[in-house]
Order: sequence, then structure tokens, then C-alpha cells
Amino acid sequence: MNKITSLSDLKQLREDIQSRIKLREKSDASDTLVQIKVGMATCGIASGAKETMNVLIEEAERQAIDVVVTQTGCMGFCYAEPTVEVTIPGRDPVVFGHVDKAKAREIIDHYIIQGKLIDGIIPVEFKTIND
Amino acid sequence: MKTIADHILDIIQNSVRASASRIRVEIRESIMNDKYTVEISDNGCGMDKMTAMKARDPFYTSRSTRKVGLGLPLLQQNAEQSGGSLQLFTQEGKGTTVTATFGLTNIDRPPSGDLAGVFILTAIGHPHINLFYAHHTEKGSFSISTPELKETLGELPLGSSEIRKAVTELILHNLSGIGAS
Repeated sequence: MNKITSLSDLKQLREDIQSRIKLREKSDASDTLVQIKVGMATCGIASGAKETMNVLIEEAERQAIDVVVTQTGCMGFCYAEPTVEVTIPGRDPVVFGHVDKAKAREIIDHYIIQGKLIDGIIPVEFKTIND
Repeated sequence: MKTIADHILDIIQNSVRASASRIRVEIRESIMNDKYTVEISDNGCGMDKMTAMKARDPFYTSRSTRKVGLGLPLLQQNAEQSGGSLQLFTQEGKGTTVTATFGLTNIDRPPSGDLAGVFILTAIGHPHINLFYAHHTEKGSFSISTPELKETLGELPLGSSEIRKAVTELILHNLSGIGAS
């Protein structure tokens, strides 16, 4: 494949891969897909949330699982950044703290694929001393 | 924040919280004036006078989950340390423009960082926002936007690794073509 240098190259690439890439069903199936939200506020970015988000997207694609990875703001757990909220359809959202690259892979392998709970969950009822 | 790209990723979140549907990032590098200017503008809810006055205060935030708001203050600090400044222009109900000016060759100016990655991650993370990015140097200009990308890619997801790699390549190639730092 030649180097992509313009939108028309990109269009060419689209035609090349359109046939072999598996397209997600058009419907907005957000309630049947696993949703991952990465905390991407000042605290998150400073602790490496960008790398975490990249790993989550790559890993999900590599393992061929349908997830929607989006960004969200600060959830108030600045001490535990990067934080990631995972919602498996039909289950309550779970927030994980200190999600570095290794933790991100663990979340996909153990929590999303095998459905096992893993360390690092921030309880929903958690309150700071200031609340 | 270690790079200017990190700051941009951060300030964009302010626009998202202001429920903007259009965000524009414009970078101007001028060797002649020794300036590196980053302008982030949105069509979000804007701020009233009082809020705008407090926005640079690290101990002010519109959130209740924590007591500090460091995005703008950190950007201002980095800009000023490299001989530049931070300007804030906002109109309630119309939007906000943040302009950070750095000294281009100043040793304390953070490196540009992963501008392509920030553009792509923001586009993936906020699929409903129209994101525009333009980069100007004395050699020329480059611009890219999510509406443009959507039209080019059709139904192909931006998140797939091949597409991300291709778009990164496109941005990096064009940035080096205009001699962006």
C-alpha cells in the first residue's frame, strides 16, 4: 500500500478495505454493545489516559469484540487516574482506577471477555471526605 | 502537561462540557515573529462575566466532584513560561475561544507532541462533534476535519487500526510538508 498523503488516497484505501472489513450493523446498537468511557480531563491526560484509550481501542479490535470507546470528563477520582468506566449490557457500570496499559488489557481479557471481577474497582457509593 | 497536544486534548474537554457541536483547533507557527499560537474555539454555551473572570483561577471549577480546575491555569503557566500569554474570549450562549501563545524557539515551550493522535482520539471519543484542525506555518497550511473524514470514509469506522494508521500518516505527512515543528 502506498503512503497515505491526501483524502483521495484515503478514499482509495476505503475502497480497498471495504470489502474485507467487518462492518458493524448500522443500527445504533449502543444498548447491546459494551461501552467503555475513558476519563479524559486534566487529571486523566496527565496520568496517561491517552495511552490507555489507545490500548483499549487496539486490544478490542485485536480480540474482535464489539465495544464503543468514548471519552468522558473527570469523574472526581483524580487520585486514581486514569479511570475507565465499563458498561456491559444488562449490568451496572463499573469504574476502574489506575488503568495503565497492563490494566487496560486485563479489563478486556478478564472483565469484558470472561466476565470475572478484577481488582481496582472504585465502588459507586464511594464518597470523599468532602462530600 | 508535557506537550501542547496534551493541552489541546484537555481544553477540548471544556468545549465538550459546554455542549459544543463544533470545535476548531488552529495552530499558527511563525518563525518571523518567533510565535507558536494555539487557538481553540467552540460554539458551546460560553461563560458569563463572573465565570470568565474566575476561569484562570486554579481553585475555581464549575464541577462539584472536586475543588480544583487546572486545565486553563496549566496552559497559561506553560504559555507564560515560554514568553507567551493566554487569552480568553467568551460570549454567553455563543461560545468560547482560548488562545495560547508560546515563544516558538523558547526552551520552555513544550514540544508539539502527538497532534495527529489527539485529533483522532477526539474524533473517536466524541463522534457527534464536528472537529476542525488547521495548522499554518510560513511554508503553507494544512487542514482536516471530521465532516470531511466522514464523507471520505463512509461507513468505515475511524476506530479500526488500518484507518487510524492511514489518517495518522496523512496528518504527519502534511504537517512535515509545511515544516511544522
